[in-house]
Amino acid sequence: MSLISAQDLTKVYTLGELQVEALKSVSFTVEPSSFVSFVGPSGSGKTTLLNLVGCLDRPTSGSLTVAGADISSLSRREAADFRGKNLGFIFQDFNLMPVLTVYENVEYPLLVVQNVAAAERKERILSLLDTVDMLDQKDKYPDQISGGQKQRVAVARALVTNASLVLADEPTANLDSKTAFMVIDIMHKMKDELGVTFVFSTHDRKIVSEVETIYTLTDGMITGKAAGKGGRHV
Amino acid sequence: MFKLVKIAVRNLLRYKRRTLLTSSLIAVGVTFVLVFVSSSSAFKNLMISQITDSMLGHIQVHKQGYMASIDSLPLTLNLSPKNMKKLEKAINSAPGIEAFSPRIKFAGMFSNFMETTNIRINGVYPDKETAVAPLLPGRVKEGDKIIKKNEIFIPELLAKGMKVKLGDTIVIIATNRDGSVNGKQFKVGAVIESVTGPGGRDGYMHIDDAKELLRMEQLEISEIAIRLSDFDKLHNVRAGLMSALSEETNKAGKPIFDVRTWEDLSPFYNVARMIDIMTFFIKLMLIAIVLISVMNVMIMAIFERIREIGTMAAIGTKPGKILFLFLIEGFFLGVFGTIVGIIFTSLATYAINAVGVSFNFGRQVGLVLSPRLEMGQILLISGIVIVVSVLAALQPAFKASRMEPINALRHV
Repeated sequence: MSLISAQDLTKVYTLGELQVEALKSVSFTVEPSSFVSFVGPSGSGKTTLLNLVGCLDRPTSGSLTVAGADISSLSRREAADFRGKNLGFIFQDFNLMPVLTVYENVEYPLLVVQNVAAAERKERILSLLDTVDMLDQKDKYPDQISGGQKQRVAVARALVTNASLVLADEPTANLDSKTAFMVIDIMHKMKDELGVTFVFSTHDRKIVSEVETIYTLTDGMITGKAAGKGGRHV
Repeated sequence: MFKLVKIAVRNLLRYKRRTLLTSSLIAVGVTFVLVFVSSSSAFKNLMISQITDSMLGHIQVHKQGYMASIDSLPLTLNLSPKNMKKLEKAINSAPGIEAFSPRIKFAGMFSNFMETTNIRINGVYPDKETAVAPLLPGRVKEGDKIIKKNEIFIPELLAKGMKVKLGDTIVIIATNRDGSVNGKQFKVGAVIESVTGPGGRDGYMHIDDAKELLRMEQLEISEIAIRLSDFDKLHNVRAGLMSALSEETNKAGKPIFDVRTWEDLSPFYNVARMIDIMTFFIKLMLIAIVLISVMNVMIMAIFERIREIGTMAAIGTKPGKILFLFLIEGFFLGVFGTIVGIIFTSLATYAINAVGVSFNFGRQVGLVLSPRLEMGQILLISGIVIVVSVLAALQPAFKASRMEPINALRHV
């Protein structure tokens, strides 16, 4: 069964008296354990699409199934619950909690969102911090580490809940290319090791060159599907 | 839960200056209110105890109808020995009464053989009167502390006006209940200080002398003054006494006895009530200060942290927990301000007591104001401040919890 299955997904925004069709009847599927990117110019609808898949917004019409659940009409609480249990998020600006240490940032979803026993929590956090190579920085605060390090912490935070799907909106936009490749590498490794699916929205060539499937969006419609050279690490 | 508390506290510490400013505003408010409350209640309690302990007593019992004509000190509305027995039985059975003092009150003429004026006199049992009005011996400016037979205690103003000195012989002339006049010589045993309140300028003599002067065949008592072991139980004791006396009715089925607290007897009660009303409004102002400052700082905090709130919501934090996080922040602002305020107040009251602020009230001079922090008031004010802090955070917190994560995340 597909991890994501979208049928005739349409999203219309109302801006004042203007109706803006951000997505026009988009259909696609994403299989488990894949590395997918939506590309396209600004305004093409890729962030809107990611928001719909990420359960942060509701489609105007069409059906959307993620991890076996119909998420096209969840309430606020149900949506929060669904995100906390099934999804991981990586943001362009990292969005770590400034008042929490690296360790606590990764711990946050396990404590506040899910409820994981202390011993298991510690084990998961330490092993993930080790994987993203941030173990030695675990007691630092976000403003004491670099952008690449922050994004690695964010990856760990997205994965610590055992999410089956991680959504990343422009995750490398604020990183230099060397750091960007390193972060992409880590995500790829996670995908291979944990079978997690990563869905990006980006126009960063570095990511595009690393993914398995590239969907091109233009004016709210999927206008192309291409295979990337993403199998490289396998 | 504990995690949210930790995050909330760290967020407060993150904006140290703002947190400090807001909580010091709360602290200053708490300090002013607590200092005002403790000073005004110290003043109130001092005045009440001056009035009740100098002469009034905490509760007085009269024959029904006496109060209505109390200014003329009627001798026809006294309590007969039979009624006194009933009353004493009730007083002994009612809990919380420390002492009681029967008094014969009457108006008479005071003569120094040259001039004559009028005087109001209490005939009392010296030991019983001192037990009910422990400040009475303290009011003696010169002379004996204890009332002896054939002696009279006269108020200072009268002594001055009539040029009477300690040890002088004077005559008291009084009319008894049947209208016949009688006089008796007395030695001035003491000159006493006048006090505020009804009866503050009365003279005192032994009850036996009063009985003789008024030619009473049997002792008839005008009023019973009662002192309680715990002043705070005033209304309970009154209720207890009333119920013990409820059976006692006259032939017409009306109650014989009239039980009154000092509140009914002294006009200072209205001053005391005004102080309470002022205290209430001062507390309202404190609530306004806390409400505005906490709400302001929370609105600002939430505006600055929109993206953070968006992130928390995006990764699955439920709206309720976001709401809770900000309520905890408001809570701690209140708690912190309250603690600092209580510390300030302790210092301020210590200073007031150390300096020794004194004041005059009516004819009493050099009363020392000694504010004391009462646990009940501290708890009440702390409770109000903390509850209001949480309430003030409620609206901003609710707004934060209702934010759409996509809008919040996009916020710059």
